[in-house]
Amino acid sequence: MLLVEGLACRRAGRTVFKDLSFTVEAGGALMLRGPNGSGKSSLLRVLAGLVPKAAGRIERGSRADTEALHYVGHADALKPALTVEENLAFVADILGGGAVEIGLRTFELVRLADTPARHLSSGQRRRLTLARLAAVPRHLWLLDEPAVGLDTRNRDRLEALIADHRTMGGAVIAATHGDIAIDGAPTLELGG
Amino acid sequence: MRTAAALFRHEVRLALRSGGEMAQGLTFFLLALSLFPLGVGPGPQVLERIGVGLIWVLALFAVTLTLERLYTADAQDGTLDLLATADISLELVAVAKAAAHWLTSGAILILFSPLVCLLLGLPAETYWAVPTVLLLGTPTLTLIGSIGAALLVNSRRGGLLLALIVLPLQIPVLIFGVSAIEGWVSGLGAAPQLMILGAMLLGALALAPIATAAALRLALE
Repeated sequence: MLLVEGLACRRAGRTVFKDLSFTVEAGGALMLRGPNGSGKSSLLRVLAGLVPKAAGRIERGSRADTEALHYVGHADALKPALTVEENLAFVADILGGGAVEIGLRTFELVRLADTPARHLSSGQRRRLTLARLAAVPRHLWLLDEPAVGLDTRNRDRLEALIADHRTMGGAVIAATHGDIAIDGAPTLELGG
Repeated sequence: MRTAAALFRHEVRLALRSGGEMAQGLTFFLLALSLFPLGVGPGPQVLERIGVGLIWVLALFAVTLTLERLYTADAQDGTLDLLATADISLELVAVAKAAAHWLTSGAILILFSPLVCLLLGLPAETYWAVPTVLLLGTPTLTLIGSIGAALLVNSRRGGLLLALIVLPLQIPVLIFGVSAIEGWVSGLGAAPQLMILGAMLLGALALAPIATAAALRLALE
């Protein structure tokens, strides 16, 4: 469902990576590894369509519903003035509708639903950002160090969420420093 | 379209929730206007002569200065990434955000403008003329300004630079806006000026979102 061939990315005149080729099947996953600055985030941004590619080919499934993707970067896209529920409801609205309740329950945020986001701890902010994965069904997940700031309990939740998503035929590409495990996912080493 | 409506509601709610930013433009507008009679003297002839121009210049500044933050927060907190991967084109994002900004800045100035005319001792005709002409002109100011706001997303302290970039493009609105009100009040008629203002609004509505979206795409890199 995702085929990448000879992909290259240039940012600010510097070649971040080139000649990258891999495929991710439906239900598959890929872990991105590499030192800081090796281009993990750039690769995810290119795949998300946020940064234009310098060369190569990216092919996605042809069905319209497989076009949709989740991109979760370092920034958490939360508005401090809005409550937890309002923040997630906005994300769901903007991504074409979803189940806010399920998202809140997945990361145990129901109790915090009416708390303004400015009062959240960084781990709670992270959980709220990840809650959109559960709230809005989308085919391809691009996760940039998703587990940063999460405690073990919530890391397990995230792993379970990723496993569920894959059994339903979704695909996941995640950049990590080894803080979450994805069963049977090949690793792509970048840079070095 | 549903997504654009959701974004519009979200933006308005954010502006209402953090009321301080919304009040900034209005406070500047009212404070500066109330200082002018003290500065140039309260003589009715002077104020009547410069009043209309003063309202327009300050409305332009109030709208442009508050536009600075239109996209910076979204770029920093990742909302822009979210919008770029959502079911909405960046052109529609630009329209929805400009509309919400106008409603919480320009529209509020319009509500207060008759009061300001009274304050400056302008003739009674202006109580209608000024809000009507502002209604046709301020959305254009917001749309043009949003191009600059999108261009300066990643620059710190872009406020002054924003003014330098967009003010030259906003000057025609100022000229025809003032001339429309003067024509209206003097009885010469304001139809041609109003038509030109309307044309500029339609032109900005068609072109500014395209330019804003192009600038946002650059910012995403």
